[in-house]
Amino acid sequence: MMGMNGDTACAYAVKQCNPEVVAAYPITPQTIIVEVFSEYVANGEVTTEFIPVESEHSAMSTSIGAAAAGARAYTASASQGLALMYEMLYIASGLRLPIVMTCVNRALSAPINIHGDHSDAMGARDSGWIQLYCENSQEAYDTVIQAWRIAEHKDVLLPVMVNIDGFILSHTLENVAVLPDDAVKKFIGEKKIPVVKKPNGELTPYVLHPDYPVSMGAIDLQDYYFEHKRQQAEAMKHALRVIKEVGEEYGGLTGRRYGLIDPYMMNDAELAIVVMGSTAGTAKYVADLMRSKGVKAGVLRVRSFRPFPRDEIVKALSKVKACAVLDRSMSFGSYGGPLFVEIRSSFCYECQKPIMINYYYGLGGRDTPPHLLEDVFYDLKKIAETGKTGEEIRYLGLRDDREADNYKAELISFKDLNEGKIGGR
Amino acid sequence: MSVVKPKDLALTEERLAPGHRLCPGCGEPTTVKLVLKASDDPVIVCSATGCLEVSTSIYPYTSWNVPWIHSAFENAAATAAGVEAAIKALKRKGVYKYDKVNVLAVAGDGGTFDIGFQALSGAFERYHRIVYLLLDNEAYMNTGIQRSGGTPSYASTTTSPDGRVIPGKIQTKKQISRIMVEHEPAYVATISAAFWQDLIQKAKKAFAADGPAFLHSITPCPRGWRHADNISIELCRLAVQTCIFPLWEAEKVEGKMVYKLSAPSKQIAKNPDKKKPVVEYLKLQGRYRHLFKPEEKTDLINKIQEWVDTEWDIILERCGEK
Ligand SMILES: Cc1ncc(C[n+]2csc(CCOP(=O)(O)OP(=O)(O)O)c2C)c(N)n1
Ligand code: SF4
Repeated sequence: MMGMNGDTACAYAVKQCNPEVVAAYPITPQTIIVEVFSEYVANGEVTTEFIPVESEHSAMSTSIGAAAAGARAYTASASQGLALMYEMLYIASGLRLPIVMTCVNRALSAPINIHGDHSDAMGARDSGWIQLYCENSQEAYDTVIQAWRIAEHKDVLLPVMVNIDGFILSHTLENVAVLPDDAVKKFIGEKKIPVVKKPNGELTPYVLHPDYPVSMGAIDLQDYYFEHKRQQAEAMKHALRVIKEVGEEYGGLTGRRYGLIDPYMMNDAELAIVVMGSTAGTAKYVADLMRSKGVKAGVLRVRSFRPFPRDEIVKALSKVKACAVLDRSMSFGSYGGPLFVEIRSSFCYECQKPIMINYYYGLGGRDTPPHLLEDVFYDLKKIAETGKTGEEIRYLGLRDDREADNYKAELISFKDLNEGKIGGR
Repeated sequence: MSVVKPKDLALTEERLAPGHRLCPGCGEPTTVKLVLKASDDPVIVCSATGCLEVSTSIYPYTSWNVPWIHSAFENAAATAAGVEAAIKALKRKGVYKYDKVNVLAVAGDGGTFDIGFQALSGAFERYHRIVYLLLDNEAYMNTGIQRSGGTPSYASTTTSPDGRVIPGKIQTKKQISRIMVEHEPAYVATISAAFWQDLIQKAKKAFAADGPAFLHSITPCPRGWRHADNISIELCRLAVQTCIFPLWEAEKVEGKMVYKLSAPSKQIAKNPDKKKPVVEYLKLQGRYRHLFKPEEKTDLINKIQEWVDTEWDIILERCGEK
């Protein structure tokens, strides 16, 4: 047991995994990972080649080069940093390089905000990365270790993004049970090189190695690109199985089992909150509270957002009367947040489905205290009783500022501006 | 270093195979082939997006007889840094078979002077042992001849066209190699395929360097320069003879960067009469046609000549020839 915050827990897990290359660039609230890992390097506790690159774009590019040359590569980022990597995220997954990254979720500018929400990772939603969301620092530690096994599985070969909520997890101290170094080493095993078929049918190791002149990242036009993308889609499907298998095996080792979803008191739940990340902890606490008041409340935490465990979610929610899907990122112009849209469409062909509503919450690190989630359960109760949905898309913990809602900008010309039409100095 | 014989070169394997789809007369494959021949050790190539990349790797074909990776336009140096770091770490773990593998990053002028400059500067500052080969054809050729930071004055490109008001690119060429010298890497050199012995010697030095090395090649592009495709090497020669592209190298000696003029340029320094007027170089290229037609624009040609003279002076000074 060690007292660690989420960032330290990730750095510690990475130390125990001892990847060959770590390339990273600091950004709040991820910075601690880079700093703590630098100390490990400085003290000779890892044999990793640590590259303090000049930008996140290069952090991902360097990870790509390293992974292509057969190394285990790790990086960490957040927010603007992840956005700067955006181009390279697609290349990492498209080249099928099993890189592991911690994304310490943070809001995106503008306006500038350093606190936690999921808009950074959601921006990379379709980049072909596996996205796992952690509830606490323990899970952050556990997931970084499992990530290698998932990423490097022969049926997957995709990069994995381990998401932890900025500040809420990254900077708060928790007790984390850690494995002995040897156990981690044994669990992740030695890095293996995939053997692939060349266009002419011959087999070749997929690695940049002097003995095998393989070309990676070739130009892939109308005649092959589509098939390669299909292969990526299949790999994501396989990941649904592999994430569970690895989570089970890890459970055998630690007693902490992980799957695609994490249902809490869902067996007989009539009302449910669906959520990702650290807010699940608060929601579980509130569900207990509601249960004590005789309300059949439950929480469904989605751990794996990519791949999206459609079947498991449908199964977990189909008997629920009403559920609220909580989104910690906006999808502007869309009818609902990313998680809501995905869950609603999962039920498209189901006869039995709950009434679903969507809450945007916690943007830019806005606090989501228990009483707000209590309110959600009361809303759900009313909806279940009356059968009336009311507003489907709602905001949780947002000031009701009608004036701001209705404010329309007035436009003036440069001439008016120069003549001081609206005041000024 | 011993002098390389053409016969020996001819006998080494082609690491960039024939059958690629670069244009006839393109300067890129010639330079890349020569540079690759200069390494006796295995080489891993990291290409930036550009003409060389798209023309040599159309799936399911590849022209590369060495391990090769392309990841994006602006990150050849960062990708190469990752490859270099991986090899270092794998060696440390005792699972790497080769003791010395050279990592070569190849990029065009766009991928180097402009969008790729940050990654290049970062990789050199961190002192990765990579060789960075700049194929300078003085514009973004792959996207259709747009101006770059490497495009020289008054060259016409599709984003700096010669019009009724503006005579091609009005700014001067960024002096990238001198900027790279200021990074104080292990080695910097300019190369021209017309002086292939000099090129090979420099590439050998670059591969042997104990730190980052930068090779800057003048690389004619018949499409973009609008010249006959059988005079590319002639233009490589004229670029040196007119001093628009002097040949020099800079090496770290006792912590200080020491410039040295290379033989073909040194001859001109010793005998300034041999310096050809830049107009001889310009008139062969369609990208400068507007300087000669409908009437000769002597003022603009003179301005180019002045620029060349000034830059040549700077190089002579740096090389201690003045
Ligand atoms: C981020 C990004 N922006 C733009 C492009 C489009 N693009 C591809 S190659 C290229 C120009 C390449 O020019 P240069 O580096 O000079 O190489 P050349 O083709 O001339 O050898 C551009 C603009 C890209 N691939 N990536
Ligand atoms: S356009 Fe120019 S640089 Fe590109 S392949 Fe053709 S000649 Fe070479």
